[in-house]
Amino acid sequence: MSKTAKNSINDCVIKLATVNGTGSASANALLTKTILRLGIPVTGKNFFPSNIQGLPTWYEIRISKDGYDARSGQVDIMVAMNAQTYAQDRDEVSPGGYLLYDSTWPRDNVLSRNDITLLGIPLARMCNEVFAGARECVLMKNMAYVGALAALLDIDMKAIEEVVQERFGKKEELIASNLRAIRLGHDFAVENFQCPLPVRTRPMDKAADLMMIDGNTAAALGCVYAGAAFAAWYPITPSTSLMDAFAKFCGKYRTDPDTGKNRFCIVQAEDELAAIGMALGASWNGVRAFSATSGPGISLMSELLGFAYYAEVPVVLFDVQRVGPSTGLPTRTQQGDLLACAYASHGDTRHVLLFPANPTECFYLAVKAFDLAERLQTPVIVVSDLDIGMNDWTCPKLAWHEDYRPDRGKILSVEELEDLETFYRYHDKDGDGICYRTYPGVHPKGAYFARGSGHNEYGAYTEDPAEYQKLLDRLRQKWETAAGLVPEPIIKRKRGATSGVIALGSSDCAVTEMLDKLDEPMDYMRIRGFPFDARVEKFIDSHERVFVVEQNRDAQLKSLLTLELNVNKRKLISILHYDGFPITPDHVLDGINEVGDMPEEGSAA
Amino acid sequence: MSYITKPRLSYSGRKRNKLGLAMRDYEGGMSTLCAGCGHDSITAALIQAFFELNIPPERVVKLSGIGCSSKTPAYFLNASHGINAVHGRMPALATGANAANRDLYYIGVSGDGDSLSIGLGQFGHAIRRNLNMLYIIENNGVYGLTKGQFSASADKGSKAKTGEINAQPPIDPVLMALSLGGAFVARSFSGDKQQLVPLIKAGLMHQGFALLDVISPCVTFNDHDGSTKSYVYTREHFHETIHTDFVLAADEITVEYDEGEVVPVDLHDGSHILLRKVAPDYEPKDRGNAISYIQHHQEKGEIVTGLLYLDEQAGDLHTTSNTIDQPLNELSYDKLCPGADALEEIFEAYR
Ligand SMILES: Cc1ncc(C[n+]2csc(CCOP(=O)(O)OP(=O)(O)O)c2C)c(N)n1
Ligand code: SF4
Ligand SMILES: [Mg+2]
Repeated sequence: MSKTAKNSINDCVIKLATVNGTGSASANALLTKTILRLGIPVTGKNFFPSNIQGLPTWYEIRISKDGYDARSGQVDIMVAMNAQTYAQDRDEVSPGGYLLYDSTWPRDNVLSRNDITLLGIPLARMCNEVFAGARECVLMKNMAYVGALAALLDIDMKAIEEVVQERFGKKEELIASNLRAIRLGHDFAVENFQCPLPVRTRPMDKAADLMMIDGNTAAALGCVYAGAAFAAWYPITPSTSLMDAFAKFCGKYRTDPDTGKNRFCIVQAEDELAAIGMALGASWNGVRAFSATSGPGISLMSELLGFAYYAEVPVVLFDVQRVGPSTGLPTRTQQGDLLACAYASHGDTRHVLLFPANPTECFYLAVKAFDLAERLQTPVIVVSDLDIGMNDWTCPKLAWHEDYRPDRGKILSVEELEDLETFYRYHDKDGDGICYRTYPGVHPKGAYFARGSGHNEYGAYTEDPAEYQKLLDRLRQKWETAAGLVPEPIIKRKRGATSGVIALGSSDCAVTEMLDKLDEPMDYMRIRGFPFDARVEKFIDSHERVFVVEQNRDAQLKSLLTLELNVNKRKLISILHYDGFPITPDHVLDGINEVGDMPEEGSAA
Repeated sequence: MSYITKPRLSYSGRKRNKLGLAMRDYEGGMSTLCAGCGHDSITAALIQAFFELNIPPERVVKLSGIGCSSKTPAYFLNASHGINAVHGRMPALATGANAANRDLYYIGVSGDGDSLSIGLGQFGHAIRRNLNMLYIIENNGVYGLTKGQFSASADKGSKAKTGEINAQPPIDPVLMALSLGGAFVARSFSGDKQQLVPLIKAGLMHQGFALLDVISPCVTFNDHDGSTKSYVYTREHFHETIHTDFVLAADEITVEYDEGEVVPVDLHDGSHILLRKVAPDYEPKDRGNAISYIQHHQEKGEIVTGLLYLDEQAGDLHTTSNTIDQPLNELSYDKLCPGADALEEIFEAYR
């Protein structure tokens, strides 16, 4: 059980327990959006089942004046709308917290906690009295709890009204009924409870330049801005919304005004084998192309990813990680694909990985991924996860430099080919391991036959051992070039720190918050790219011990570090989290404290 | 596989096409297939077809999967880009490549193993999408490159070189294409260049997915007595329904024919396909009829060949995707980036 809910302003967690498919998502979005508009940093995390209708689902809103994004692990106000999970939801409320429930039906038998405050509102009855249809009543119940929360949290009703009006635009009737439901809840709370609660909000000015966006939407925007014009995919949670967003933005910004035709092509493939194949075909033919998937898709794409590594075909792939395999927890988050992505495929294969930690980075690293893929002529996998991809984060406004131009890498133009005596596709003219490529259709001199392992530097077929080895060595050299091009790690140092902590991706927000709470000074390095930048090894070398925080059982990041770097493995202490929910700051803190209590190695115990 | 050095395929003469190119300009590297392999004859037919169509080699993209058949794109059109992908996944690469540049000619060469076993899904979906390409299956009833195992196209009762009898019914790519809505469905024989070359031309110029299933005997593993994909068996059971002639846009139709005997079909670029009935009871514009005709003759052990079904009107992947006429890979960045103002607009929508 987490800490006691306190008297606090702009620092609390509201958890909404509802039933999947009952329209609670829009009520929850309304609430979060309003809080953001009031200048208060806020995040929303979904904990949802693999189901369309009927199973329990939760939405956790964290209001944090300090701008913390992590799952805090505490629940100050639980809105228990789902009778099925009522007992569980009641038990989850932090001592001193509040439980808001629908008192239309008696629940005395289960209201057995005296360290929390119960707030019963007859939501169903109130709505049934006012609204007609069954579906409308269900939807309006959600709006009514938003109204009640507004009163309890001291949220300005005008701000809510504004968001409702924006949302429904010209649909006057809908605006009226929604506002009426909100008002019902609000007035009931004001009349029956001591409003506002000690746990409440107060307008701030910290969110004027913040937007609320999920990582998949931001990544899709990145693809649009990078100039990607082809995408192929096969539906899979939690990556589907990335492609949905890409299609939406392309529809809006990529339709040719004169003809109404598309300046893009999206193919829903028959499976992930085909999806990655299509993206490779398009990219090989000169279009920026990508695919998005999750762990199961990575497994299926592996053979072609290896092919692309050897044939040196650029492609961008988003892996929005989830728990796998098969059924069970596909709608939960994990960092379980690190090794699978790093070494996807057979033979001597390795891939460039980028690790965004939040939607902002999903946007910028998506653009970077295309530049790197084409510069390095190899697959680049952007490794995100469900927490980043599908949850609502508040992020600084995304900015765009109009002078950005895509780095298309080494491509020979018609003129260059014309001047060239002979073109050799895999000849390393510049000595950086990266060769020149050509597009089909440009010049007969540019022709080459792309193959997997069997080609020499001239692009001709070979089974010669020496030529094969030469190819592999050059690819290795290219890999070293890549280490200098991937985004550098972000290192935050504290005076006097002898220990360090390493994390990547969505663990960042938990680690950052934990460090603020930690008494001991500790340096922090967040890794953003693979191959590892030289600074990664230096960071480990320069600390007595280094905690490696990650969200999987097998310490995959730690494995990668020890496989790829010449570091002392004993220094690396794993803090692992793998229950499917996002890691919390307390989990990291507990991990550090646990080790802190342990006797030093070699000392007598 | 044999390692006997063979003379490089060479084509007589100094004849040049309308681009001023010689047949040699359409050739590729030396074949490393077994002497007598049906696949080499198809390569030769391809070279002739491209030469006669006056297609600039650099405007062609060759794609293949894995197998002896899939090696052949290295043996024609040296001046074309090619991609030798992984086993059974050529259709996916072709889809992406075609999406990126709709203006090039796409030819995929596959085998019966590559297309009807490991790649059956991709093959079917490429038909469904009506991808604009010529898709050739060099069909020998076995996995040549892995040394003669039965493939999914082996007929029931067909005998392997080891003596094993195939117990399972075949997957027929032609029937499959017909039932999946294929708009150009043809079958031919590597040993019949007269039939094959015009079919290749027609398939290349057809707007959409053109399936050309070519019986192409594997001399090393499947050319013996008891095989239903041998040279002898195929010649004996060959049943041509429709003979196809191809006439370039610039040329006049000079063939003389009686009304009703030959059906001319106009292609999008102004060229024509002339369909001459060999089997009087065959109707190439009727899908249901084609299916039952083929099945009926198959039951009698006959191999029905020719341009078995043709629909010039079905829209291809670009039609259904509503993509812009200009190739996507030619769009400049300013046509793709919405710019900083749009991002401002998006920011407003996300707060
Ligand atoms: C994933 C994978 N599995 C198996 C193989 C081995 N393999 C190579 S070629 C081939 C069969 C090719 O048969 P077919 O397509 O009929 O071509 P043919 O050699 O008969 O022309 C197989 C199974 C492979 N290359 N890749
Ligand atoms: S298909 Fe048969 S004949 Fe042709 S190269 Fe392969 S093994 Fe030889
Ligand atoms: Mg075969």
